[in-house]
Amino acid sequence: MRAIDTLLSGDLPRSRLLALALGAILFALALAPFLFPGTRSLDVAAKVCIFIVLVASYDLLLGYTGIVSFAHTMFFGIGGYGIAIAMTRLDAGWSALAIGTAGALAVSLVLSLLVGLFSLRVKAIFFAMVTLAVASFFAILASQLSDLTGGEDGLTFKVPEFLRPGFRLLDEPVLGVVFGGKLITYYLVFTSALALFLGLLRAVNSPFGRVLLAIRENEFRAEALGYRTVVYRTLANCLSALVATLAGVLYALWLRYTGPNTTLDFAIMIDILLMVVIGGMGTMYGSILGTTLFIVAQNYLQDLMKMASGATRGIPLLPDLLHPDRWLLWLGVLFVVCVYYFPLGIVGRLRHGGARKG
Amino acid sequence: MQTAEHPVLETRGLTIRFGGHVAVNEVSCSFHPGTLTAIVGPNGAGKTTYFNLVSGQLRPSAGRVLLFGEDVTDDPAPVRTRKGMGRAFQLTNLFPLLTVRENVRLAVQARARSGLNMVSMWGRQSELIEKAEHFLHRVGLAERSASLASTLPHGDQRKLEVAMLLALEPDIFMFDEPTAGMSVAEVPVILELIHDIKNQKDKTILLVEHKMDVVRSLSDRIIVLHQGALVADGNPAEVIASPIVQEAYLGVSASA
Ligand SMILES: Nc1ncnc2c1ncn2[C@@H]1O[C@H](COP(=O)(O)OP(=O)(O)O)[C@@H](O)[C@H]1O
Ligand SMILES: [Mg+2]
Repeated sequence: MRAIDTLLSGDLPRSRLLALALGAILFALALAPFLFPGTRSLDVAAKVCIFIVLVASYDLLLGYTGIVSFAHTMFFGIGGYGIAIAMTRLDAGWSALAIGTAGALAVSLVLSLLVGLFSLRVKAIFFAMVTLAVASFFAILASQLSDLTGGEDGLTFKVPEFLRPGFRLLDEPVLGVVFGGKLITYYLVFTSALALFLGLLRAVNSPFGRVLLAIRENEFRAEALGYRTVVYRTLANCLSALVATLAGVLYALWLRYTGPNTTLDFAIMIDILLMVVIGGMGTMYGSILGTTLFIVAQNYLQDLMKMASGATRGIPLLPDLLHPDRWLLWLGVLFVVCVYYFPLGIVGRLRHGGARKG
Repeated sequence: MQTAEHPVLETRGLTIRFGGHVAVNEVSCSFHPGTLTAIVGPNGAGKTTYFNLVSGQLRPSAGRVLLFGEDVTDDPAPVRTRKGMGRAFQLTNLFPLLTVRENVRLAVQARARSGLNMVSMWGRQSELIEKAEHFLHRVGLAERSASLASTLPHGDQRKLEVAMLLALEPDIFMFDEPTAGMSVAEVPVILELIHDIKNQKDKTILLVEHKMDVVRSLSDRIIVLHQGALVADGNPAEVIASPIVQEAYLGVSASA
């Protein structure tokens, strides 16, 4: 019990249902290659792992510090481009991966520090605008510097041999699962994501994390107690950016590709916002539920609707409404309903009535 | 009240204007360790604004603030707090959605300078937690430590405000009407605490208070603000008897 408490930094789910849901998701992701064989479902599982980290790092900003930033996808992209550029320019080995990751982290650190120091002193809306401008500029830069970034096409690159789909650990499949580069990459992604999430959970439940909450609650008072809030916000901004960068590295590694559409697209920024809000801001666990629900819906809603549309054949109007082409409409409806009925997100709802403990 | 010792805190010609209105007008005053100075004056006299200038929540239009002889006029509030100033606010100013214990704990942690620690577990720093409990106990809030600050009744919120000031363990304690709105039964606890601090001898206390009996019994010195200006300064008996106080503060006509 104490080990779990330590692992979760004392921030237990505090709701049986929430604990159950989290356990189920952890179980499903941990055994995804065995439970859901098939390329597409493994892609979905890997994306869920990576986006949990991306969304959790955004929650650190939005939910815990009360900062609205639109530059999160930029840092995500810096991670992806960092290793893509290193892997295409250098030998596609582990050292190139390390150099690309380190370079991306350095760029993100400097950028987040600059953006933070220049604009976190002033009004929140100004910070949001600055991040929007910087992120747009970065996206333009990425598409213009096509010699370096591959422009709109992005960069496809080779990964270390060990991680390539062609690599085989065992000659024969076991339980129908191929033990090869794809599986290894998945578990690299899974364990990294788990470690990063637990690290974030620790950060928000550390003395530092509680100061962030205090700043969100009453900045004036936090200052009067002697906390230099600019320093705290800037650090939170940097930490969030660095974790987003690592998520970008993992995503590029999984896709063996980085391009504007997989990282820098503004639509991804909106998705991140939605996932945080649906899961529950300022809870960390919300990022797990929000992301899983969102990405699974995004990927399987069409299939589900195809089935529903078929099943309701003969009933007027319904099959049309449920036609797979309407999936975006239903996704939208789902979100509106979610936000309307769970203003504190799913986690807030599950914990309903439970006061936070000291 | 003059002592040979160097003043802990000094303001020189401290002035602030809001538009055309001069809320604090060239207040020059020094404060010495081991003394409790009461600051009195009618509502709107500029007492809270003077505190805001001293502890750094507001920047003066003119004048300087010196702390231990050092000019801190350009230091923001957190820096002044770190240099030894502590402030309890007139209008209760808490972290409403954190627990009572967490509120005090944040003050303890600020004092311990461990706010930048990102790797320890907040819930396992037993030394800081015990300290927070200690201060809650002193103000009589130990039983409420797990409640959210926003759920406390007004009197308890005032006590929490005082507990947070104690937890900062400052050299200079600034109380802004600490007993305002408290029930008669609650007031003695706070007064006793202030008395205890005074007995430590090395602390400097500034107290804004309306209740004249409290002022008379606790203070070593009274200064009077009126329309932003310092109009009287001296030992309690003298100041209270002075015509300017009788008129300006107590509302008694001098000729009566
Ligand atoms: N931020 C502000 N802007 C404009 N006027 C202010 C501000 N703060 C205080 N005042 C004015 O300054 C005067 C002094 O207020 P205050 O210091 O709160 O008085 P006191 O604490 O003695 O009752 C009042 O007239 C008040 O309206
Ligand atoms: Mg006042």
